[in-house]
Amino acid sequence: MQNWTEVGPVESVPQKGSRVMTTPDGDVAIFRTSSDEVFALFDQCPHKKGPLSQGIVYDKRVACPLHNWVIDLSSGEATGPDEGCTRSFATKVEDGMIYISL
Amino acid sequence: MKEKLVLIGNGMAGVRTLEELLKLAPEKYDITVFGDEPYGNYNRIMLSPVLAGDKTIDQIMINDRQWYIDNGITLHAGKKITHINRVRRQVETAEGEVFEYDRLLLATGSRPFMLPLPGRDLPGVISFRDIADVDTMLETAKSYKKAVVIGGGLLGLEAANGLMIQGMEVTVVHIADVLMNQQLDKPASDLMLNELQAKGLKFLMSHETAAIEGKKRVEKVVFKNGTEIDTDLVVMAVGIRPNIELAQSAGIHCERGIVVDDTMQTFDPKVYAVGECVQHRGATFGLVAPLFEQAKVCANHLAQMGIARYVSSITSTKLKVTGIDLFSAGNFIGDESTEDLVFKDAARHVYKKLVIQDDKLIGAVLYGDTVDGAWYFQLMRDGTDVSSIRENMLFGQHHIGDSGHGAANSVDGLPDDAEICGCNGVCKGDIVKAISKHSLFTLDEVKAHTKASASCGSCTGLVEQLLASTLGSDFNDTPSKKAMCGCTSMSHGEVKNAIKDKGLKTISDLMVALDWKNADGCHSCRPALNYYLLSTWPDYQDDPQSRFINERVHANIQKDGTYSVVPRIWGGVTNANELRAIADISDKYNVPTVKITGGQRIDLLGVKKDDLPKMWADLSEAGFVSGHAYGKSLRTVKTCVGSEWCRFGTQDSTGLGIKVEKMTWGSWTPHKFKIAVSGCPRNCAEATIKDFGIVCVDSGYELHVGGNGGIKVRATDFLCKVATEEEAMEYCAAFMQLYREDAHYLERTAPWIERVGLKSVQAKVVDDHDNRKVLAQRFYESQERSQDDPWAEHAAKQRENYIPIKQVG
Ligand code: SRM
Ligand SMILES: Cc1cc2nc3c(=O)[nH]c(=O)nc-3n(C[C@H](O)[C@H](O)[C@H](O)COP(=O)(O)OP(=O)(O)OC[C@H]3O[C@@H](n4cnc5c(N)ncnc54)[C@H](O)[C@@H]3O)c2cc1C
Ligand code: SF4
Ligand code: FES
Repeated sequence: MQNWTEVGPVESVPQKGSRVMTTPDGDVAIFRTSSDEVFALFDQCPHKKGPLSQGIVYDKRVACPLHNWVIDLSSGEATGPDEGCTRSFATKVEDGMIYISL
Repeated sequence: MKEKLVLIGNGMAGVRTLEELLKLAPEKYDITVFGDEPYGNYNRIMLSPVLAGDKTIDQIMINDRQWYIDNGITLHAGKKITHINRVRRQVETAEGEVFEYDRLLLATGSRPFMLPLPGRDLPGVISFRDIADVDTMLETAKSYKKAVVIGGGLLGLEAANGLMIQGMEVTVVHIADVLMNQQLDKPASDLMLNELQAKGLKFLMSHETAAIEGKKRVEKVVFKNGTEIDTDLVVMAVGIRPNIELAQSAGIHCERGIVVDDTMQTFDPKVYAVGECVQHRGATFGLVAPLFEQAKVCANHLAQMGIARYVSSITSTKLKVTGIDLFSAGNFIGDESTEDLVFKDAARHVYKKLVIQDDKLIGAVLYGDTVDGAWYFQLMRDGTDVSSIRENMLFGQHHIGDSGHGAANSVDGLPDDAEICGCNGVCKGDIVKAISKHSLFTLDEVKAHTKASASCGSCTGLVEQLLASTLGSDFNDTPSKKAMCGCTSMSHGEVKNAIKDKGLKTISDLMVALDWKNADGCHSCRPALNYYLLSTWPDYQDDPQSRFINERVHANIQKDGTYSVVPRIWGGVTNANELRAIADISDKYNVPTVKITGGQRIDLLGVKKDDLPKMWADLSEAGFVSGHAYGKSLRTVKTCVGSEWCRFGTQDSTGLGIKVEKMTWGSWTPHKFKIAVSGCPRNCAEATIKDFGIVCVDSGYELHVGGNGGIKVRATDFLCKVATEEEAMEYCAAFMQLYREDAHYLERTAPWIERVGLKSVQAKVVDDHDNRKVLAQRFYESQERSQDDPWAEHAAKQRENYIPIKQVG
């Protein structure tokens, strides 16, 4: 059973951008791609915990702002030669509202 | 009567032997050449750039037909020799014509190995060896879509890259899990795989081909694991085999290749052989460097000088795919008796591995940063004892014994006998001598005189550096084209021109018009494009999502995710009220560290993102604006106390610095831009390592440009001297505007000036008065839109971007 939490309207996250949602376990980054897909990752880079929410977003990836690791938004895996993974969360959009399963 | 020399094989090794022979004994032989291909002698290596559209067939001819005529050589192009009669000393063509020889030179090269698969004879299944193959590929790319390249070695990847540039969807099939396994180890291969994928190539690694299928022409490739892939073209690049049938049929001793001794003589003393068709001490060959060595030795013996011996030596390899820098040499895999030194910076796509045995360097793989390749290669060939430089050698020649000097002048440090051009074995000393002796000015002239960089071209950068350092500022560099990033094959310059020529106004228009490979671009091209559009079109709508976080939120991100805030302190001058305000604000937001920066202002470190807008509102209230310590923009204007207080001061450097900062703050530039004004030549504000520096003297103001104090220290060039403050400011505005319009993104003034030359900057800013005024005017106009304080604006309007979208728990 998935437990959906309402996050906020899609428009409040910039396209090719991100907003942070705080939780008791730490920040979660909510991403919106250029085609309006929404993804959520734990806001810590697998490299040295850089805040992924602050990175540059392209396709379904984000480049970490600290040392440019590129993280896949759907799996949370570092792409390419880097290895590491950050937690990802299921999301859905209904009637323009983002929901997350924490 | 002259003796008759017959050459079979009009390729790179054979004709090089003739060139060497003509140098030694131009009159000795009556020379006849037979070549299977219907052309003069061309540079086979350059077929890759021809396929990639960077060169034409005409441009890769080494010796056209006129060359043969000029040297009295009879060329039979398009004629194949099918028979050698060693007893009568005759060769026979396919058409049955017979020619006599006194000496015979075999240079028949090699044949691409075609896997013995079902379907390998179908139309559309080819190799990559000669002009005919390239023609077939170019033709196929016009009407078909999909291509499969079998073989992920050097040749396969160059074929794949070329076909992709011609618009095909290309899949590379490789039997191993390491690309170019003759030259690379797994980590380097992984990096390359990644970059090639980003360029748009597809890969099927660890796949073994079982069959090629199709009715009229090739339609698909089937693999041993049962999968298959549709295709319109198959290029086999799985290896080469020495072309020995002719020699064998004449009873000349062959194993894998035509067996030769150290003088390049075959088993028959009248018959010599060079090139890929030979086998020397058990080894066969696939790169031109050793073949050209063989050509020298063979010519020496044909000229009957009889002194040279061929000894095979280590070779190095590079890949001719734009944007991928790769170097490998020697035994780079290592074993139990060797030690590895490894450096990896995945974020910058750099990987280096050095293999050391008994204190000697025996192998190297460099990926992404290859400037030190020549140096490592030299250490390997010389067998230098590296124990004393072991700790630092991974960082390159310039980290041995000194710091603060970047790699740009790496050739300066090489000894005269260091090899620069691996293909043609040309040393640094030869090139420097040729440049000074024959007054050479261009790369082409050096190529013509020394052959350096005339074959595969991968040492072009080093040769240009030698030209630059031998000629100083007289050298006119033709910048080699480097793709902006993996999303395009266009260079920075080409993209900038396209923006103007095609009137491209937004990032998405640009990406469509210029065929960007990834719809959203990537983190390295987007910020560059945003800058180019912004500096080209006054009405451009800035795209915050294409800016690095620091510029997006107007503060510097720190390692723990907090931010630093640096308010502007005009000319480094402050007062008690300002300091009090900063102190109060630091208390209010619990700023953990307050630091005086190296740029004469105050850094408030460790601020939480949510607090930024509130803190800025307070700072605005106290009269501060953003210091842009985060931006590719004007940073600080550093000043000294100057004539107001200092006993040596000649002019009011502090006051002028403040005026200059008020004029230039807020401007966006290709990279950060720093200014300083010193009150006298003692230069306490360090104006001679700034992008723009003013040194006041009694009679006016000396203007200096292109300094840099960071990674690679560079003192400024002297631009000119002016008499008044107003002039100093106008020159500053004009210089900054020229830099804004002309430099590549992330190119500071120092490398920019080295690229375009101080003279061209002086011509536009100093000598041409009207042009200077026009440039300055454009700068002032763009400043009218740039000097709204971003902090005040974000504090008032964009607070939402700084706070969480939601808080739970
Ligand atoms: C704060 C400061 C150090 C300090 O505590 O004094 C500093 C801090 C940083 N410098 Fe610097 N530099 C500071 C003065 C300098 C100076 C000295 C100067 O300006 O007189 C230099 C050498 C002069 C020069 O630039 O030519 C300097 C050369 C660099 C470089 C190398 C630039 C180069 O072209 O070689 C970098 C790296 C870069 O920009 O890519 C850099 C990058 C950085 C960054 C932005 C690294 C980063 O990306 O996070 C640091 C940001 C810290 C922060 O969040 O505030 N910093 N940095 C100085 C801020 C001055 C200011 O008031 O704005
Ligand atoms: C696409 C490509 C890229 C390459 N890139 C590089 C590189 O970057 N660096 C590098 O060092 N090397 C590179 N090479 C390898 C290099 O081109 C070869 O090592 C070199 O050309 C071999 O010279 P050769 O004279 O032995 O053979 P070839 O140049 O092949 O010359 C042999 C000639 O003999 C002719 N011939 C054969 N038999 C007969 C006969 N019976 N009668 C008449 N003529 C005959 C053939 O038609 C051919 O023209 C590349 C090769 C290719 C195909
Ligand atoms: S020198 Fe500059 S970049 Fe390096 S740690 Fe110090 S502040 Fe950071
Ligand atoms: S913390 Fe993300 S790349 Fe280093």
